[in-house]
Amino acid sequence: MTGPALISVLAVWAVGWFINARLAASRVADTRLVRLLVPVIFGLTLLLIWELLVRMTGVSPIVLPPPSMIADRFANSLPILWADFQQTIIKGAMTGYVIGMICAFAVAILADRSDFLTRGILPVGGFMAALPIVGIAPIFVRWLGSDWQSKAAVVAVMVFFPILVNIVAGLRDTSAMQRDLMRTYGAGYWQTLFKLRLPAAMPFIFNGLKIATTLALIGAIVAEFFGSPTVGMGFRISTSVGRLALDMVWAEIVVAAIAGSALYGAVVWVEGRVTFWHPSQRK
Amino acid sequence: MKSVLPILTIVGAILLIWVVAVIPMNMHLTADQAQRDGLVVAPATPAERQAFSGLGLSFANPDLIPLTYNLDRPRLPSPHQVAGEMWDTIALRNVTSRQSLVYHGWVTLSATLVGFVIGTTLGILLAIGIVHNRAMDMSVMPWAIASQTIPILALAPMIIVMMGQFGIQGLLPKAVISAYLSFFPVVVGMVKGLRSPDAMQMDLLRTYYASSSQGFWKLRLPASVPYLFASFKIGISAALVGAIVAELPTGARAGFGARMLVGDQYGNPLVTWAALFAAAITAAALVAIFTAMEKLTLRRMGMAAA
Repeated sequence: MTGPALISVLAVWAVGWFINARLAASRVADTRLVRLLVPVIFGLTLLLIWELLVRMTGVSPIVLPPPSMIADRFANSLPILWADFQQTIIKGAMTGYVIGMICAFAVAILADRSDFLTRGILPVGGFMAALPIVGIAPIFVRWLGSDWQSKAAVVAVMVFFPILVNIVAGLRDTSAMQRDLMRTYGAGYWQTLFKLRLPAAMPFIFNGLKIATTLALIGAIVAEFFGSPTVGMGFRISTSVGRLALDMVWAEIVVAAIAGSALYGAVVWVEGRVTFWHPSQRK
Repeated sequence: MKSVLPILTIVGAILLIWVVAVIPMNMHLTADQAQRDGLVVAPATPAERQAFSGLGLSFANPDLIPLTYNLDRPRLPSPHQVAGEMWDTIALRNVTSRQSLVYHGWVTLSATLVGFVIGTTLGILLAIGIVHNRAMDMSVMPWAIASQTIPILALAPMIIVMMGQFGIQGLLPKAVISAYLSFFPVVVGMVKGLRSPDAMQMDLLRTYYASSSQGFWKLRLPASVPYLFASFKIGISAALVGAIVAELPTGARAGFGARMLVGDQYGNPLVTWAALFAAAITAAALVAIFTAMEKLTLRRMGMAAA
C-alpha cells in the first residue's frame, strides 16, 4: 500500500471514529437521532475508506468496484433491477413465503388437537429447520421448470419448518389457569383457539415469520443459481460474476439488502399491530 | 424419553408420504420404460400419456407400480434407492476416491470448520469490544442486527471470484463465506450473553471492588456461555450452508455442493439425493456435537439447562 493512501485511510477512520466516540460519550447519546446517526456515520466511514482504498491503491475496479461505481451502476440499471426484483422477490420469495406460511398454519392446527403429534412435530421440525434445505433447489428446478414456480416451492419448504415449530410451540404457551378460565366460560375448542391460544401464540408466530423472511430471500436467490429464465436476482448475480461485472453483482446485493430489510420491517410492523398487548411492544 | 414414539410417528409419516409420492412422480418414466421393454401400457404412446397426470396413469396401470421404485434415473428416487446409493458411496468406496461421499464431505466440512473457527473467534472478540466500548456498540451493533435480515449468502459467488482474481483458491474462499455467515449470529448472541448479568449481580461485584477485567472473567463470560452455545448451533449450520452454496455456482470439483451439481447436470438424481442427505446428516451431527458439549459444559458449570 502506498504512503498517501495509508495516511488518508487512517485519517478518515480517525475522524469518523472521533465523531462517534464523542457522540457516544455525549449527553445526547440516548436520543433517537444520535442512535440513528452513529451507525450511519460508521457506515459512511467504511464506504469512504473502501472508495479511497480502491482509488489510491492499485486494486482493479473490476475486482473490487468502489462504492461510487456501484451507485452509478445501480442508478443506471433501475429497469433491470426492478425486473429482477419482481421475478425473484415478488414472484419467487413472496409466493413461496405465503404458501409455506399457510401450509405451516394448516399442519399446526390439524396436529394441535393431538398432544402426541405436537410432541413429535416440535423436535422433528426443529431438526429440519437446522438442515441445509437450500440443497433441494436443483431437484425442484428439475421438477417444476426453471421459472419462478420452482423458486416458490424451494422457499415454501425452507420457511415451512421454522414457522411450523414456532406456531406449535406458541399454541402450547397458555397456562392451565387461562385454559380453565375459558372452560368456565363454556368456550369450546375453536373459541378457545381463536380467543385465547392463537393470540397468545402470536409473539412466537411472528418470531418464526421474522426468521423466515431472510430464509425466503436466500432460497429464491440461491435456487436461481441452478437455472432460471433470463431474469432474476440470482440469475443476474451468477451471470454477472461469470463475466466479471462485479458492480452489477453489488447492485443486486444492494437490492437484496433493501428488500430483506423492507420485508423484515413489514413483518415487525404487522407484529406491532397484532401483538400490541404484549410487554415487549410497550413503549 | 416419552417423546421417542411421537418423533418416530412423525418420521414414519414423512417416509410414508415419500414412498407413496414415488408412484405418481415416476409413473410417466416407468410407462415409457415398460413400453420399450414390450409390456402393455394403457395409453399406448408417450404423447397420449402426457395428457394424463401421474396419478391418473398410476390408476390406469396398477401392475406397473412396483417398477416405479427401481428406475435407474427416477424423478423421485425411493428411500431404499437413496439409502443404497449412500451405502455405496460412503461405506463401499475408498475414502480417497472421487466417488466417495466421505471424500466430498471432508472437502466441505474442512472449509466449514475453518470458517466457523475464524468467524466465531472474530465474533467473540467483537462482542467483547461492543460490551466494553459504547461508541463501538452504537456504531456496529445496528449493522450486526441488520445483517440478520439481509441474504448475505448472495455474496458467496462474488467472494469466490474476487479471491480467485488474487490467486486464492480451494478451501480458503469457502472458509471466508462460512466465516462471515457464522460471524454475525455469534456477535449478536454473545453481546446478549455478556449483557445478561443483571444490575444486582454487577453491583455485587462492584461492592467486592472487582475490576472491569475481573468482572469480565468471573461474571460476564461465564454468564454468556448458554448464549454462546445457542449462537454456535446457529453459526455452524449457517457455515455449512455457506460452504455448500459456495461450491455451487463456481464449478467446484469436490464437496457436497459439487456433488449436487454433478448429479443435476448429468441427470443422475441419485447422486444429488445422496449428497443432499449426507449434507443433512453432517449438519445434524455438527449440531448434535454442540448440543452435547453444551449439556456437558453447563452441567460442569452448575448451570444445567432447565
